[in-house]
Amino acid sequence: MSTATMTHGAPSVERKLPPIAQICVVVLASMVIGGVFVAAHLPTHVAMTFPTIMITFAGVLLLVNMVLLSRIPVFAWKSFFKVARWTLLAEGIVAGLLEYIFVFDGTRGSVLLLMSSALTIFVLDLSVLFGFSVAQFQDA
Amino acid sequence: MTHTDTAAQTKLEIVPRKSLPIVAVVLVGLVVAITTNRLWAIDFYHVVGGGMWTAIDLFLGFVLGPILGTMSIPSRIELTKRLMPKMVVLMPTLVIMTLAGGFQLARHQGFILSSDKHHGWIVASMIIVGALAVVAIGILEPANIAVLFELRKPNPNGERIGKLMKRFLYTAGITGVLQAGILVIMTRIATL
Repeated sequence: MSTATMTHGAPSVERKLPPIAQICVVVLASMVIGGVFVAAHLPTHVAMTFPTIMITFAGVLLLVNMVLLSRIPVFAWKSFFKVARWTLLAEGIVAGLLEYIFVFDGTRGSVLLLMSSALTIFVLDLSVLFGFSVAQFQDA
Repeated sequence: MTHTDTAAQTKLEIVPRKSLPIVAVVLVGLVVAITTNRLWAIDFYHVVGGGMWTAIDLFLGFVLGPILGTMSIPSRIELTKRLMPKMVVLMPTLVIMTLAGGFQLARHQGFILSSDKHHGWIVASMIIVGALAVVAIGILEPANIAVLFELRKPNPNGERIGKLMKRFLYTAGITGVLQAGILVIMTRIATL
């Protein structure tokens, strides 16, 4: 690639967008904290209050993020959905593998429900994060 | 810039399709290893995946990162275009191999039980891996993918690429430091 095609010079003005990526990272961190708490207590009885709070918090933040995203007036939705769809597929396979491991290891009941919810939020969160990370720099 | 250059730029593959069958074989092998409860196979996945993950993170963070920082923007872009698509496929595969294998190994050997003498170290490793996951998946990987999409444009924004690459290199350094912590924990578990 020739350097002549690169745009240098005056700093480009990036659009001011809601903190979607930052919220996605907080969602991810909340789930990791909840997930590590559960994994650290397996296979014995796990106190569910703390991980439930973390996963619920992550779920609420994900919803807030989706609302913030939908309110952006001009956005490269085509690029967003293109990346989000592929991320959904790739991370869905990873989440499926993890779900299989939980079931295979005998995780059942409320712990399985919580871990499944966490995996669902994880997949959706990453789809939003990756889609947004690319689309924010694309022309609408 | 020639037409050939433009064609090569727009054809830049974000995910190298040729590597996907290899990933599929690795993941199927992982499922088989877990399903059949073969300790050797599970250990193999954990050690190979973990060793490669740690080595690549350390290499990127402390060897290639500083070198990349001193290179000219066009050279940096040339390297990025060749390196990053491979990382998009390689790193998630290594991570899933390491984590799935590691959890099963800890379960088989009883390290996961809170009564086990290794349990504290296992929980410590989970915390570090959790932090690694947040940094790698939440910050590093999106920057990587955004750079690749920027490079596919007819006129990539050099300043934006530089900014995103800086983020990539800083986070690679952070994951390198965290990986050093994992090395301490894993060698401690192995000799406890």
